[in-house]
Amino acid sequence: MKEIQKPIVQTDPWAALKEFTAARIALGRTGTAEPLQAMLQFRLAHANARDAVYAVFDQQRLLQELRSLQQAVFVLHTQAAGRSEYLQYPHRGRRLLAKAADELKSFNSTSYDICLVLADGLSATAINNHAIPVLKLLLPLFEKYGLSLAPICLVQEGRVAIGDECGSLLRARLVAVLIGERPGLSSPDSLGVYLTYQPVPGLTDESRNCISNIRPEGLNYTAAAEKICSLIRESLRLQLSGVGLKDNTTALPGNEEHG
Amino acid sequence: MAYRYTIQHHTYTFDTLTTLLAKASPFRSGDALAGLAAADYKERVAAQLALADVPLRNFLLEPVIPYEQDEVTRLIIDSHDAAAFAPVAHFTTGQFRDWLLSDEADTVTLRKLAPGVTPEMVAAVSKLMRNQDLISVARKCEVITRFRNTLGLKGRLSVRLQPNHPTDDPKGIAASIVDGLLYGSGDAVIGINPATDSPAHVLTLLHMLDAIIERFKIPTQSCILSHVTTSLQLVQQKAPLDLVFQSIGGTEKTNKSFGINLALLQEAWEAVLSLQRGSLGNNVMYFETGQGSSLSANAHEGVDQQTCEARAYAVARKFSPLLVNTVVGFIGPEYLFDGKQIIRAALEDHFCGKLLGLPMGVDVCYTNHAEADQDDMDNLLTLLGVAGCNYIMGIPGADDIMLNYQSTSFHDALYVRKVLGLKPAPEFEQWLVKQGIMNEGGTLLPVEEKHKLLQLINQ
Repeated sequence: MKEIQKPIVQTDPWAALKEFTAARIALGRTGTAEPLQAMLQFRLAHANARDAVYAVFDQQRLLQELRSLQQAVFVLHTQAAGRSEYLQYPHRGRRLLAKAADELKSFNSTSYDICLVLADGLSATAINNHAIPVLKLLLPLFEKYGLSLAPICLVQEGRVAIGDECGSLLRARLVAVLIGERPGLSSPDSLGVYLTYQPVPGLTDESRNCISNIRPEGLNYTAAAEKICSLIRESLRLQLSGVGLKDNTTALPGNEEHG
Repeated sequence: MAYRYTIQHHTYTFDTLTTLLAKASPFRSGDALAGLAAADYKERVAAQLALADVPLRNFLLEPVIPYEQDEVTRLIIDSHDAAAFAPVAHFTTGQFRDWLLSDEADTVTLRKLAPGVTPEMVAAVSKLMRNQDLISVARKCEVITRFRNTLGLKGRLSVRLQPNHPTDDPKGIAASIVDGLLYGSGDAVIGINPATDSPAHVLTLLHMLDAIIERFKIPTQSCILSHVTTSLQLVQQKAPLDLVFQSIGGTEKTNKSFGINLALLQEAWEAVLSLQRGSLGNNVMYFETGQGSSLSANAHEGVDQQTCEARAYAVARKFSPLLVNTVVGFIGPEYLFDGKQIIRAALEDHFCGKLLGLPMGVDVCYTNHAEADQDDMDNLLTLLGVAGCNYIMGIPGADDIMLNYQSTSFHDALYVRKVLGLKPAPEFEQWLVKQGIMNEGGTLLPVEEKHKLLQLINQ
């Protein structure tokens, strides 16, 4: 007589809920442990994220796309010579190389409403994938509201605070830094935007507002562009940014998207 | 005043207590980044030998950041309980280490001592201790707090259910909550890191969590980890807010970088107490900390990152929190480079917090730019279980899809409870048994397809 083999892994009867989230729910278990397949999938995702940290800024293509959007661009480098230095000495990613700073100084900016900075951060993949689609929606909004834009700064080995130096040298009233966020297992290419009113080197987190998780599976491009623009307008109107600037007007679009 | 130690005719000099503490600290990348670390192994041990001879009283006389300059120092000095300090007042730091490990220093003795020790004293003694010392002493401490259940009892390990979602989608969050509850997590708190700090949005999430806890009569509390000013605004609107959350640091400047100060925390504390939503107790604050935050904000004032971290616990302790956890591996490799440094830092933080009388939990975690992986987290989780950690995080599959880092999973919590014989908070344990999620022996049961928690979504 043939014996029916009992499954080793205990499955969870709520796998249908995976429809609502990318979180690793309903994995099932064997004893208290995750089933092997779930464990190996996790390990694969970690490998992807590790590789994203070391991904390279796709400079040629970004430059081409920015030019086709009729944007003047500065290509700048921070004081961090490479990834390894960037990871171990964060302050070097917050200041421009003297040569880069000189370039911005000699531009002799008269003043702008906004300075946009694209920085690789911890995932160049995020900038490579999402910066241009967001700008394509954001730039027309700036035009619509009559906001003037400085030449875009494309910064290699850059951290959030690099925007302070760029914005200050270009005499911008506000800087918006688009930067690759720390890669997660499910999101090796998440884009963040940090807004700072009256940027000047030396500012810290309480002076900024952040919009995070910009990518098609997170905060989508349209919603992100609208949110960035509305926060910028509010910041310029109230003449402040950071914890004093509350985002009371806009709701996140998540409910409609998934529900 | 200068501190000296001579090894083989070479005299090492440490100009201040602050320098001595920094040089005595076990190596970590953050102190090297700040230029505070010992130059080599030998200088580090020389500093530890010198530190062992420093009387505990010196830490009251020589603050690492001047009293006039820093409100955290003022808090530490002004709130020091001399009577509680008396039993150890005659010790050097080295004698304090030996005494802490002695049988005389039992649970009750350590509880009474807590208000008498300062962050600098516990940071100093931790620098002289091996990992097993940190575990042994922390295990003797018991810090119990209450809101709708009882947290921190010996033999118990609680879990913060962390159902984060990248766009705060209510159904996405609910799915993770169901997953976590059915895996026995959520007794410490159901706590969401919101994707955006918008008051209107946080309010929606608060109502959602309140409704779930109410509907299923779950003996736990909720928290949206928004900025304290957002919570304060919502408390004033009489929102269903159980706990006020805030990230805190160990220097006035660090807290300024978080947009807070002691007066603001006091205001929020008093406001949320007035809501009187706790059924068993009045611990209403939830704080997060982590080594490296002060350096990250350029606000460390020349103090090493572990001592800064311990000072943050003085801020926490002023407000009798329900929960405090160090988010130890979140900050990144420039502060804690690899698994070894993360594990050491977590054991220090847990030890220091417990000795100061705080209900310490640890976010056993790492980021993808750190040299660490799940094996390191397994090691740390097991060590913390042995050390008597109050709570850990529970995240589906250990993968936080909003904050982009790896912590511990619901499975991990089951593992550590099982191998060490630890149970959830008693009220929550009873609820799990009643719901048919767990049996009385603590083993998870297969979930029926028609389990009522599964009706939370799709009704």
